[in-house]
This record gives sequence, structure tokens and C-alpha cells, in this order.
Amino acid sequence: MDINEIIKPENLVYSKPTLLNDNTMHYCPGCSHGVVHKLIAEIVEEMGMTQDTIAVSPVGCAVFAYNYVDVDWIEAAHGRAPAVATAAKRLNPNKLVFTYQGDGDLAAIGTAETIHACNRGENITIIFINNGIYGMTGGQMAPTTLEGMVTATCPYGRTPELNGYPLHISELVAKLAGACYVTRQSVHNVAAIRKAKKAIRQGFENSMAKKGTSLIEIVSTCNTGWKMSPDKANAWMEEHMFAEYPMGDLKNV
Amino acid sequence: MAKIKGAIIVNTERCKGCNLCVVACPSKVLALQPQKVNNKGYHYAFMQNPDDCIGCASCGIVCPDGCISVYKVKL
Amino acid sequence: MNACAPGKMQYNDNYKGKHNMSEEVKLMKGNEAIAHAAIRYGADGYFGYPITPQSEVMETLMALKPWEDTGMVVLQAESEVAAINMVYGGASCGKAVMTSSSSPGVSLKQEGISYCAGAELPCLVVNVMRGGPGLGTIQPSQADYFQATKGGGHGDYHLIVLAPASVQEMADFVGLGFDLAFKYRNPAMILADGVIGQMMEKVVLPPYRPRRTEEEIRKTMPWATQGRTPDRERNVITSLELDPAIMEQRNIKLQATYRRIEENEIRYEKLNCEGADYLMVAFGSMARICQKTIELAAAEGIKLGLLRPITLWPFPYAAINETAKGKKGVLVAELNAGQMIEDVKLAVNCSLPVEHFGRLGGIVPSPDEVLAAIKEKLM
Repeated sequence: MDINEIIKPENLVYSKPTLLNDNTMHYCPGCSHGVVHKLIAEIVEEMGMTQDTIAVSPVGCAVFAYNYVDVDWIEAAHGRAPAVATAAKRLNPNKLVFTYQGDGDLAAIGTAETIHACNRGENITIIFINNGIYGMTGGQMAPTTLEGMVTATCPYGRTPELNGYPLHISELVAKLAGACYVTRQSVHNVAAIRKAKKAIRQGFENSMAKKGTSLIEIVSTCNTGWKMSPDKANAWMEEHMFAEYPMGDLKNV
Repeated sequence: MAKIKGAIIVNTERCKGCNLCVVACPSKVLALQPQKVNNKGYHYAFMQNPDDCIGCASCGIVCPDGCISVYKVKL
Repeated sequence: MNACAPGKMQYNDNYKGKHNMSEEVKLMKGNEAIAHAAIRYGADGYFGYPITPQSEVMETLMALKPWEDTGMVVLQAESEVAAINMVYGGASCGKAVMTSSSSPGVSLKQEGISYCAGAELPCLVVNVMRGGPGLGTIQPSQADYFQATKGGGHGDYHLIVLAPASVQEMADFVGLGFDLAFKYRNPAMILADGVIGQMMEKVVLPPYRPRRTEEEIRKTMPWATQGRTPDRERNVITSLELDPAIMEQRNIKLQATYRRIEENEIRYEKLNCEGADYLMVAFGSMARICQKTIELAAAEGIKLGLLRPITLWPFPYAAINETAKGKKGVLVAELNAGQMIEDVKLAVNCSLPVEHFGRLGGIVPSPDEVLAAIKEKLM
């Protein structure tokens, strides 16, 4: 059968959501951010929330998320996205408000804002990209960097004596009464992406139902920072990151 | 049993040649261009074995840059 | 009216249903006046963190529960840093939002203030100054003049800085500050000192205004992140621009705004300046003290005048230059080691002697100390 007979509008089964615009993303080839952006765009579109979404981008690689997902964005100072989102949601209670943050932003400089927003039960969703490294600044150690993992600021591998231990933010947040849904997902294959999409959708629905804070951790790769090819990075993540940060729901009430 | 036939279109200028679609394809349809590059210098993905495509959309779903549109027909 | 023992606050001003009694004269602290005025202005949100000597602002708001009436959001944040970033978030959505703090807390807010300035967000920040540096003291001071008027945070920016000298002005400047902030899309600051925050005076509270509706925000602030409608591109509130050519243009635009503010918004007050031999320049509580100094001096046959800058930025350079003409000298009196004096010297451009009198570390001087300084330094 000729390919041109298949490639017809009526046979289209998958394409990028229109809410993900045509700007070429600045992310490195194979970066997990792109997949998560795509999921967010799909979900906002499917929920019919385009006109009522206020998204908050972080400082880090995803600082430019506002260039790609076609909703209104507020670019927050480093770590402050949950505080920014707190006000955006409280002052606009009928809007969908979510933050999109990396591990340096959320789990280091913004730990206080993260913990307190979750503890207050702000009706927001926090999407937490955990790739164990600072990507934007060139691959330095993050609070979530694994023991022994080599980065630009722990060039001989992270040691607990010098740097303490990998920080498990989701486990911390799951203990807070204000958090209604805490889950850890990944986007390294089709099955994982489908599950991650369900999780983000549930987070957004929780926010609109005013059930409290949802934290969706997405264990991700930073193949450039890890100095691997994208597919090798996925395999390395499955072997090492999943051992430290196991997949699944930590809380769902 | 109905036979399923698929095909994809790659937005070659958007593609960064990350290879994740190649790995994700269960039918080994895809490959990166061995020689040709796009305007940014990436070896973009293409259907090396188009006859084997089943239109499962795995490539499109894993693509971080949203480069792939997937089409499917039941024969 | 209100005895402020913790847990025993009683507010007689049950403002609910009293919208027609807006001209009523009240007795209250400067900090409390800020809170009442914010509700009456139709502010959408207040985000704060306790610090002496301004905690009554949030205490009063919490006691008045405006969320039950006007819908104003009042939230105690986990830090001053979080509070200013809540302001950033609210202002991004086109809401009238504010925070208040005192000197060490305002230092913490500087990052967020710079971001608000960079993203052209209208908002109101109140600083009820205490003595520093560091943890300093909880007593009154004016030592944050430089921080407020010369930038404070990083980057080339200015705040519109209003310096109240009475409880009435604490109330009035909430509305003025918000109005100027929205007019110019720029953060405004009320720079009060601990004296003005803590002292009780009579005040006529401003009339109630309704909060802006979403439709009004969408119409009057098309840049606000209220959700992208099909008729427009997405709105992005950011201070980031990696292309230096575009970043320079953004800076030039900000500078053009500052020039417009300088042209239109300089405010000051003159007292007894005609025929005076010496000019005093002072703001806030220090200006009140200098007012009494004029009387004391007159009794001794010394003719003093006072110019009180009300906007510390934009600063009344031309007015001071004009007023100082023909005088024998200028005394700049401040609760600091000499900050505003730099601007006064620029204003008079070495045309006459300019001396400074200041007390530090939380000391509030008496009017005759100021008079003694004039005699010692200028006569």
C-alpha cells in the first residue's frame, strides 16, 4: 500500500497537541522536558482549560517553558514558584494553576516555598522534574544527586560526608496534611508516559476540585549533564534513579 | 484478521535526532538519517522500513520535540 | 480604640455594612491605618510575615477578615521572601496586591522587588523602618533611604517611594501608592519609620471602592495572566531576556517610564520657607520634629523653613534648589548617618552649605537637638 494513501487527515492517530506551539524547543536532544511539556499541553487542551490556565515556570532549563505551551505564564524567581502560584490561585480560585520546577529550583533553593505551599494545601499542582542535576548551569550537584554520582561540583562523586544524602522531597511532602496526591512517575517509555499523563491529569483535576496540593514528581534524564546518549540515559535512569526514587503513588486521598 | 498499516511524518526541521523514537519503535521501522542532516545539523529520524509500520504511535508519544505525526489504516 | 494585647484585639471598626460612614474620624496606629486603607481601596491581596514594628498591619487585616466582605485575600507567608513572591504572582494576574515589612524583612524582599520592577508589575510594598544594620533594633529609623530610593535590589530600577509623616498619610498613601503603581506599571513603596507605624492619631479613612472584576482586569490590563483567550497571544510575565539587544530595549523602556514619573509625580510640602534664613529638609517623623524646631527657633528670633519631600523617589531636586536660593544654609535632618543629604547636595549643587543632623540606632531626637545642630553647624 502506498504511503500517501495512509497519510491522510482522516487516518491521523497521533500528533503533537496544538497547544504545544511550533517554536523549536531549546532543550537538548532527548530531554525529558519536551515529553512533559507535551503531556501538559495535551491535558490542558483535553480538559478545555486553555482560557483558564495560569502556569508558573521556574529558573532552570524549564525557565523558557513559556515559549512552548500556549497558555498564560508567570516566570518565577528561582525556587519561588509555589509562592507565586499560591497567590495566583488564591486570587483566581477558578483557574487552573500549576508550577513546573526542577530539582534545584524545588528541592534546594525553593524547599521552604514547596513545603509550605503543600502544607497549606494550596489548590495547585506542582510538577517536579527530578533528574538529579542542575542542567541549565552546566551539570552541578543537586540535592537529589545520587550517592557516588559525578557532577561538575562533585567531580569525584557525591559523598554523604561532604554533601549529605539524596533528598526525597516527595516522601517529605506525602507526610503533609495539605497534600492530597503525591506520586512519582517517569516518561522514558510509552507505558510510563501514559501513566505520567494520567497522574498529571489527576493533579489538575484535584486542583480544580480544591482537594489540596498535588505533587507529581517525574524522574527524568539529563543526558547532557549525565554525559550519555538519550537512550543510554534512560537505561541508566531505570537502573540507578529508580532504585533511589521508586515509581508509584506515595499518597492519594 | 484485519491487517493494520501505519505511516508517520517526521517534522525534519524540528527533529533533533535524539534516537528515542528509533528505540521505542516495536517494529524497527525507524532510523536516523546516516548522511543527511537538517538545517540545524541533526541526523533526523525517518522510516527506514516503512512497510513494517503498524501505526502504534510509540515513536510520536516518546518524541520530546513533538516532531512525529502518526497515521493508521485498517486494511 | 483598640488595645493590642495579643489575643485580646478588639476592633470597634466593624466596617461591614458601614460603607456610608466613610468620613468617620478614627483614632488608630499608622500600621492599622494601612490595613484599613488597603481594604477600603479594594486591594485584592495582602501577603506578609511578622516583624516588629509593623506586625499590626497583618494583625489588623486578620482581625477585620476582609475575605468575608470584599473578598480580599490575606495570607501569612512562610517568609518575607515567599510574601514578596506571592505579591509577584498576584500582580502578574493584574490584582492589587501588597506586602509590608520592616528593614531586615525588606532586605529579604529585595530580590522579589527587583523582579517586580523588571517585569513591570504594579504592587505596593510597605517598609516601616527600624534601626540597622543587621538585626539592629526594633526602634525607629530612616536608614533604608538608600535602599528604597537607589535601587535596593539588583539592576537599574526605581520604586515610587512615598514617605508618610502622619497616620493620615499612612492611610492616604495606600491608595496613592496603588494608583501610581498601576498608572506606571511599577512597584510603589511606602517608606515609613517606626514612629509613624506605631503612633496613634486621628485619621479619616478613605471611602470604599469595589475590587476590580476579572472583566475589568482583562480590559484595563491586557498584559495580565488571566488565562489566554482566543483573541490574543499568551501573556508571559517575566524579567528574563537573554538577547542583550532586546534586554537593552526593555531597560530603555523602563528608563522612559522613570523619566515620566520624574516629570509628573514629584510631591513635597513646604512650611515657613518664605523669608526663612535657614532651610531644613526632612521626611517622615523627622519632618514632624523639625516642625516644632521652627517654633522653638522663632522664639529665639531664628527664621527656619522646612521642605518635606513626600516622594523620596522621584526626589524634589528642583524644588529644593529653588527654595534654598538666598538661604544661609541647609540642614538635612534624618534618623540615619546621612543618606538623603546626598540628594539635597545634588539639588543645591554646592551653592550653599549643606549640613547633616542625624541620630542612629533607633534614637528619636527632640526638636531642640535639631535647633542646636543648626546653631552649631550653620550659624
